[in-house]
Amino acid sequence: MAALGSPARTLRGLLRELRYMNAATGRSYRDTAAYRYLVKAFRAHRVTSEKLCRAQHELHFQAATYLCLLRSVRKHVALHQEFHGKGERSVEESAGLVGLKLPQQPGGKGWEP
Amino acid sequence: MWRRCLCLRDRWRRLLNQPSGGPTAIVRTGANIPSLSRAYAPPAERKRFYQNVSITQGEGGFEINLDHRKLKTPQAKLFTVPSEALAIAVATEWDCQQDTIKFYTMHLTTLCNTSLDNPTQRNKDQLIRAAVKFLDTDTICYRVEEPETLVELQKNEWDPIITWAEKRYGVEIGSSTSIMGPNIPDRTREVLVSHLASYSMWALQGIEFVVSQLKSMVLTLGLIDLRLTVEQAVLLSRLEEEYQIQKWGNVEWAHDYELQELRARTAAGALFVHLCSESTTIRHKLLQD
Repeated sequence: MAALGSPARTLRGLLRELRYMNAATGRSYRDTAAYRYLVKAFRAHRVTSEKLCRAQHELHFQAATYLCLLRSVRKHVALHQEFHGKGERSVEESAGLVGLKLPQQPGGKGWEP
Repeated sequence: MWRRCLCLRDRWRRLLNQPSGGPTAIVRTGANIPSLSRAYAPPAERKRFYQNVSITQGEGGFEINLDHRKLKTPQAKLFTVPSEALAIAVATEWDCQQDTIKFYTMHLTTLCNTSLDNPTQRNKDQLIRAAVKFLDTDTICYRVEEPETLVELQKNEWDPIITWAEKRYGVEIGSSTSIMGPNIPDRTREVLVSHLASYSMWALQGIEFVVSQLKSMVLTLGLIDLRLTVEQAVLLSRLEEEYQIQKWGNVEWAHDYELQELRARTAAGALFVHLCSESTTIRHKLLQD
């Protein structure tokens, strides 16, 4: 079975992602259906003994998968906006991307109108 | 490809705006390909046209409401999902879109749409065969002969998963360094086909999606059976790339971008399978005893 760490940590990670998602809208993440569902599910399946429980592991696995989904989507969108979101790059920008600079020609190149 | 995307986007727009349009509207949009002003410009994203997202329980399952409109699939079917958790996850996807709707980030919605519309018109057998076909060219069964460090890395990382899968399903998979790949016995395929047949159509759509993302049937099985986490499965799927990154350096706008996208897609697929097959899993455990 895959090691997942502590469920509390997963829940904290999920809540953090919910907070990021709702930060722009200005509403509290505690008002969302996702928050209510997650907290309810984590509370309902909390076990006090240290016994290995298959059902709990399954649920924790799903929560960890969901956390991975939210986190990756957020990072993917950030990378997309940074590097791919603006369409075609100008020649200067493309050169800058690989650490090059276009040569400067004082007085123009001679063929401009 | 772009033209197809634009066409689909256009359909979405019409379906969301005029749900009563019916099939005639779709035929018209299909013939009407919007003119492309600039070939390389990314398609404009749609503005967020709704305020509140809510869930209602209908006859066929859980439905999503955007303000007072019901969400529909690209083929104008009512969007209904079988599980509450899935409905909440889909609603969250819609709710967390900011000024524009980014369809390329909404993997769970996409998977539900695929399952509801079944655009490829495949039945269960065809889906299973498509997934099992990946076993012939499974990433983790193909090994390199050099460089030595990569050979060892592949052996150390991939062999335990293959051994686990062989033990779990009582089949023979093996690995190979030849270009023809390993010789998979017919029995292995039969066992996996009958195992996959216990999943529902929805779960199978998810399984095929994950298989085609990871390019590996064995890793997908590990993910579905909770042997691997998404991060581990993605790492094993990209093992050679990770090795090259270690050697030559990481490029954020290519490697990280792909990594995050692959993780997001794989996680969405795995979650989709788990949420759609909860009852199936229980039956499966009883069979195992």
